[in-house]
Amino acid sequence: MANEHAHPNPAAHDHHDEHGASHGSMREYVVGFLLSVVLTAIPFWLVMTGAIPDKQTTALVIMAFAVVQIVVHMIYFLHMNTKSENGWTVMALIFTIVLVIITLSGSLWVMFHLNTNMMPMSVHDMGQLP
Amino acid sequence: MAIEAEAHNHWSPLLGRLWLDAIPQEPIVLATFVVVMLGGAALVAGLTYFKLWGYLWKEWFTSVDHKKIGIMYMILGLVMFLRGFADAIMMRAQQAMAFNGNDGYLNAHHYDQVFTAHGVIMIFFVAMPFVTGLMNYIVPLQIGARDVSFPFLNNFSFWMTTAGAVLTMMSLFVGEFAQTGWLAYPPLSNLAYSPWVGVDYYIWSLQIAGVGTLLSGVNLVCTIVKMRAPGMTMMRMPVFTWTSLCTNILIVAAFPVLTAVMTMLTVDRYLGFNFFSNDFGGSPMMYVNLIWIWGHPEVYILILPLFGVFSEVVSTFSGKRLFGYSSMVYATLVITILSYLVWLHHFFTMGSGASVNSFFGITTMVISIPTGAKLFNWLFTMYRGRIRYELPMMWTVAFMLTFTVGGMTGVLLAVPPADFVLHNSLFLIAHFHNVIIGGVLFGIFAAINFWWPKAFGFKLNQFWGKVSFWLWVPGFWFAFMPLYILGLMGVTRRMRVFDDPSIQIWFVIAAFGAVMIAGGIGAMLVQFAVSIWKREELKDETGDPWNGRTLEWSTSSPPPEYNFAFTPLVHDLDAWDDMKRCGVQRPTSGFRPIHMPSGTGTGLILAGLSTALGFAMIWYIWWLAAVSFAGIIGYAIFHTFNYKRDYHIPVETVEATEAERTRQLAAAGA
Amino acid sequence: MTANTAPTHTLDQAQLQAAFYDLNEHDHPEGGSTMLGFWVYLMSDCLIFAMLFAAYGVLGGSLAAGPGPKDLFELPLVALNTAMLLFSSITYGFAMLAMEKNNKGATQAWLLVTAVFGACFLGIELYEFSNLIHEGATPMRSGFLTAFFSLVGTHGLHVTFGLIWLFTLVVQVGKKGLIPANKRRLMCLSLFWHFLDVIWIGVFTFVYLMGML
Repeated sequence: MANEHAHPNPAAHDHHDEHGASHGSMREYVVGFLLSVVLTAIPFWLVMTGAIPDKQTTALVIMAFAVVQIVVHMIYFLHMNTKSENGWTVMALIFTIVLVIITLSGSLWVMFHLNTNMMPMSVHDMGQLP
Repeated sequence: MAIEAEAHNHWSPLLGRLWLDAIPQEPIVLATFVVVMLGGAALVAGLTYFKLWGYLWKEWFTSVDHKKIGIMYMILGLVMFLRGFADAIMMRAQQAMAFNGNDGYLNAHHYDQVFTAHGVIMIFFVAMPFVTGLMNYIVPLQIGARDVSFPFLNNFSFWMTTAGAVLTMMSLFVGEFAQTGWLAYPPLSNLAYSPWVGVDYYIWSLQIAGVGTLLSGVNLVCTIVKMRAPGMTMMRMPVFTWTSLCTNILIVAAFPVLTAVMTMLTVDRYLGFNFFSNDFGGSPMMYVNLIWIWGHPEVYILILPLFGVFSEVVSTFSGKRLFGYSSMVYATLVITILSYLVWLHHFFTMGSGASVNSFFGITTMVISIPTGAKLFNWLFTMYRGRIRYELPMMWTVAFMLTFTVGGMTGVLLAVPPADFVLHNSLFLIAHFHNVIIGGVLFGIFAAINFWWPKAFGFKLNQFWGKVSFWLWVPGFWFAFMPLYILGLMGVTRRMRVFDDPSIQIWFVIAAFGAVMIAGGIGAMLVQFAVSIWKREELKDETGDPWNGRTLEWSTSSPPPEYNFAFTPLVHDLDAWDDMKRCGVQRPTSGFRPIHMPSGTGTGLILAGLSTALGFAMIWYIWWLAAVSFAGIIGYAIFHTFNYKRDYHIPVETVEATEAERTRQLAAAGA
Repeated sequence: MTANTAPTHTLDQAQLQAAFYDLNEHDHPEGGSTMLGFWVYLMSDCLIFAMLFAAYGVLGGSLAAGPGPKDLFELPLVALNTAMLLFSSITYGFAMLAMEKNNKGATQAWLLVTAVFGACFLGIELYEFSNLIHEGATPMRSGFLTAFFSLVGTHGLHVTFGLIWLFTLVVQVGKKGLIPANKRRLMCLSLFWHFLDVIWIGVFTFVYLMGML
């Protein structure tokens, strides 16, 4: 109890981690930039030319590209890593992402159901009710 | 039936739509205005006569000390509580008398504002300030820090909250308040059905206060993450600090949603956008969905800190370490996450159908489980403890009995078919008052009685505290149990007049309960007054009147400006209890200068400009809106050019303060 | 308050005090919480955008018999806009590299180049908005247009505030140099600026590209 000597709490004395995130290098920024250009150009090209005939597939592909590009930005521009602020930045990000998924998908699900059940129906539809 | 007596069509470039019709017509409001003006004038005159403005400005208004800011939040909460309670008494009186053709004394225009203001004030300007004030005062002390991470932002947050409160209070005398209920659902809150200033007051008050709350959330999260004393790992933090952390995480996650939704309503009203309109593709149901995504986490923001308070109180007054610390932490974390998965239970009846309703009904029932776990932990802490029934403990026991009933009615409401009958009935009103009063308010009273000696150096008078308690608790039950019965009988909320005389008796009982509560509030005010009057007799010079377990009790009462002359090093849970059992004595020499942040008036000025902006937007005074907005941006930028924001407390001051503490402890016979 | 019991321990007071009090404390470096605090604030800003995206998701199909995405969006213009923002991101990165090397002049120069790209982004966006409004596709026209203007407009407002902040920092770096406080501020703006580009990825994907499918 009183016999151990106190060691600094790593979260409280973050002298080495003063800058929160680490800094990038020229290489990192250029790589990130080039990747982003490619990850932007391809989706634009796909939509503008209609290269993939199926719209669903195109949608999924461009969404995937968006996700990848966001990750690229996180790593190369925002210098996200699990060390900064002792992992608290990553934890905050994950928590935010979870909440965004819950609120976005939840809202879309709820509103879709509400609209189906509650939006005005035509006289014809009303005649079809059980 | 007309919604309001006359149309308000006047607009001038200088005053916007502010004109003589802004002066309220109802006699009660006019009378209140006169009283408030006289009282306010007396206060201002008194402060001027006693030359207190300089003192107030320097020592309080511009202070960035978390302790002073915490106290100012509590005072704000208390003042607004009196206003919110006045609204409650007015409603009870109206509802008790409006039978058998009697229209009561409040017309619809007035009554609708009363219930709206009651809800808005109690949630945003009473409960939130109380909770924020507690966390602000106690958390840095509990973690062994000298202040929060961002002291200036802390001051700014307080003044923004106050600015919101000021705007709401102004609506009483200049114009009107919203008549939509505290969440202002469209289409009623859209311009077509609320054309005048009421909903605009609502919007701007909440937006301005919301900025303060959000920044406060960021502040406390960072404080708890970054500024804990060495050795205080996460699992050695006091439970109140844990619940504060989770609360502030919820604030950061939920308040942006409120900001977004309020902005959507604003652009609908001001620019004719179509978020929530009835036509052109808007969806009023989306408002309900989005606002409750905020609204449900909000109620957990209110209750979690008080759960933390109860943990501290129960362990201190049972003389035992809290039972099941880890499970308390996990329960709090689970509640935090789950609070995001239940929001639809506030609108089961809006029509999303069985699949959606079932999902949210189940999640709602699940969220009661971690809360139950907490309750059992408190009970197990008390078991075989040496319990001292001081006032904080009395309030805690009252909470356990009262809140549990409220929680159970919540689980009852979580069943969608039951909710179809009970939604928006008085049963719902009884449920949420049961949990808010039983949980939040009783918790605040426990916290005030518990930590008042720490903040002010003397205990609160016991007798008047007990009077207050014994009026409040039965009073609450008298006021709200009838509402459960009325709700089960089918009575709807927010009704002004009734036509079934057989139910009047229940309203009369409820009014009786409200009068008892009024007595309880009066007794509490007397308690404060008597305690301050008799503070010499009640004084505590030890800094630890309750034999506390956490670090705030290691300081003097009140703590010095710098909290700790030497930052404590932590080796165990209940750090102060650990120090006492090890017999360490505080060092009385070797002090150093202490680095502290400087005070500033910027927070007050920016908040004042925000109030002007809000007022200007409400009344369509566009030139004033532009000027105050530019002023806010300009002054904020100007403030950032000041880089010299701190100073050192000299060694001599620290030595003198600590010497005084040594003398105090000796006098107390320690 | 005295201890509950007097335990037997083998340490004297001096050792106890050293164990329980930080007797050799050094001042906390100022601004130790700033980066985390700004990041947490940025997460909350993310949630505001999430709500605007949710509204767009719900109302995006509500055309109210008015024009829809295919009638209104010009992808080449959006591609140009996106390029402006992406360039501004890398030029801000160059500014940060110059800051690391304590090169005040280069930092300010790259910041101003960033501002030029940012201003181009805003200019193109305002041009797009004014075209839409001239065609009668105002935000008041339908739920879809309300949600579109609000989401894209809020992003644009953030860029505007970012620019004001950037100019302020250029002046402050000029006055005080690259002191730690200014470096912290530049790093916060860096987070903000890149984060705006992340949001834009969401915007051009879910609003513009999906809208044209």
